[in-house]
Amino acid sequence: MSTIDSHASSAPASSGAGFACIADWVGTTDHKRLGRLYLGASAVLFVTSAVAAILLGVERISPTKEWLDVGSLTQLFAFERFGFTYLVLLPLLVGAAIAVVPLQVGARALALPRLAAAGFWLWLIGAGLAVFALINNGGPNGGNPRFVDLFILSAVLVLVGLLASAGSVATTILTTRAPGMNMRRVPYFTWSVLVASLCLVIALPVLTGDLLYLYAAHHYPSLGELAGNRALAQWAGFGFTQPTTLVLAIPALGLLADTAATASGERLRPRGPILLAIALGGVAVFGSVLQTSPGLDAGVFHIAVSDLIKQLIPFGIVQGLPVIGIFAVFAFSVQGLGRRPKVTAPLVFGLFSVLLLLEAATANLVAHIGDAQLAGTTFEEGAWLLVVLAGVVAAAGAVAYWGPKWWGRTLPDKPALGLALVLFGGAQLAALPLLIAGFADQIGGVFPAIEPGNAASAVNFSYSGPMELWNSLSAVGLGLTLVAVLAFLALAVRSFLTGAAAGDDPWNGQTLEWATTSPAPADNFAAVHIVKSAEPLLDLKPSTRSDA
Amino acid sequence: MIALSSSPAAAPRRQIFVGTAIACAAAASLFGGMLALFLRMRDAGIKANGLWVPKGVVVPMVPANIMLLSLIPTGVFAQWAVYSAKRDDKQHTGVALALVGMMGLLFINAQAYIYSQMKLPANGGTYNSMFYTLTGVLVAAAIAGVVFSAVTAFRYLGGRTTDREVVSAHALYWYVLSAAYVLLWFVVYVTK
Repeated sequence: MSTIDSHASSAPASSGAGFACIADWVGTTDHKRLGRLYLGASAVLFVTSAVAAILLGVERISPTKEWLDVGSLTQLFAFERFGFTYLVLLPLLVGAAIAVVPLQVGARALALPRLAAAGFWLWLIGAGLAVFALINNGGPNGGNPRFVDLFILSAVLVLVGLLASAGSVATTILTTRAPGMNMRRVPYFTWSVLVASLCLVIALPVLTGDLLYLYAAHHYPSLGELAGNRALAQWAGFGFTQPTTLVLAIPALGLLADTAATASGERLRPRGPILLAIALGGVAVFGSVLQTSPGLDAGVFHIAVSDLIKQLIPFGIVQGLPVIGIFAVFAFSVQGLGRRPKVTAPLVFGLFSVLLLLEAATANLVAHIGDAQLAGTTFEEGAWLLVVLAGVVAAAGAVAYWGPKWWGRTLPDKPALGLALVLFGGAQLAALPLLIAGFADQIGGVFPAIEPGNAASAVNFSYSGPMELWNSLSAVGLGLTLVAVLAFLALAVRSFLTGAAAGDDPWNGQTLEWATTSPAPADNFAAVHIVKSAEPLLDLKPSTRSDA
Repeated sequence: MIALSSSPAAAPRRQIFVGTAIACAAAASLFGGMLALFLRMRDAGIKANGLWVPKGVVVPMVPANIMLLSLIPTGVFAQWAVYSAKRDDKQHTGVALALVGMMGLLFINAQAYIYSQMKLPANGGTYNSMFYTLTGVLVAAAIAGVVFSAVTAFRYLGGRTTDREVVSAHALYWYVLSAAYVLLWFVVYVTK
């Protein structure tokens, strides 16, 4: 037998009560624990960010009834945008990656684990400081200069922490793969994490550099384009909107491909094009590198062909290719499911998350066509919210799928399936009305600057349609999403405390993580496995179709 | 439980070197982005006001050029450390790493001298804040480089002589830092 049975004996000593247990977790470099720390902290921050978003949504229902002052409204915008993007979306997927990737590549540990642990604590400290600054009217466009400084520095901490963790994961994939696992044989999720990590290595430092400039210009106040607390949206806004945010959700593509392969019981093919399609999602990173988002100017279809081509090429590459990549992963995965797939909660979460991502990428494409006149409207906000919620759904899918490897117990499938439906419905309800309101010219923005005494400027429509309907629906959708996430968390905690014990291979999986015990021992594998295909476990069980 | 064929533990695949390479890519992205924004603001400043460097500000070229020249021996010393480590020459490796650290300190000192000579108020405008931020980040990277040199030397001289990839990673870091400074020197000090 090549794997070990160490459900209890070889696990780290975490059973000590009180301080010892806390110290055990604080000082941990075990990737499964680090991943869970990321996931848990992000879940808490999701709840706070969602509450902020709901308050904002309720405020925006009616432009004539204002119950929040300008400062609070401004900070709610900032809380929603910054919180959902860098305190929820990205850390959720980084956490899932840290917890899963070493198991998938057959490694006994994360490469540079202390770097990953330092990254987590930097991120957490930065997140706490950022929330503190936002509460004290210190976010973008905030009225308290000292806390604006604190916010910018804490945002830098957050980015550096996430960058450190992403670097550790990328190094793991590049250096600790099992013998025989070349890059064409890595699991789809691992590949998607590698693409996302390398994109983050390129994208996040650019944003960090801009934030450092903004900090200096704000801390030593002077006149100039970078000075003042309103420059944040102008110069750092690219990091909080599409196409940059699309990059953050790329691991959702890998989750779908892996769960689809498992559900079908067969090898998901064509492998090369699927890997390429996942990589196409990463092309969106050029939006970050350019510090702008290429679009088509209004009236572009009435200009000379040569001028049109000059705009079409960058637009097609940065905005178009990710749509093609996401659609291709979705199509290949659905096609690979075959006629009798085993419909499980992780698969449904994966399908829903990629559907949301596809909607977001398509909406982003449309938003950058000048003739559509959607720039600066809630259409952009709706597209961004779709990306965030795609990441949340994907993270829930990752917990449902790989949870047995972390806790040794499974989530009940039917309640999880129900929650997947509610979460998907809530996400649609939260985002689609914003897209519609964008067509109706409702003002939106990354960090909108709201003039004193004119709070209504953030919620005005410029048409005579159902002014309150779309914002009401969006607020309800956000509430539904929050309820679904809370219910999922309750289900997960209950199941992982008292649920049924999971077998070592509860899903009839194909990749290496299912070759070890549930939960995986501290060092993951007793022996180093030799890999001869992309689906090493499937090689040993050729009749899986009938099992499914 | 699935039984797969197994093999002895694989040799480590240069984790520290690959990790450093990824960190260097991030650093290149950081400096590239910052330089791009500097150029953009310079262009906008010249178009709006006809000048970018504030009137009366003299950018001292001598220390800036010394910093540039100091990077040549830094690269040579870093590579000397790699060469010696590969030959298990502990003495020369230690000397080379110490020299890299000293050149790093010289680099930081020269930048501090530039600050003292320019007497540029930090709140004097866009150029001032961008100059301090851009060069300050490079100084921070140089300080990290000196710490890297010290850690590499302690590890190697402490007996971990098989950790040759750390010496290689250390050299890579200084090469990337040198490349970043060459660009910064041209943009900030030469073309201003």
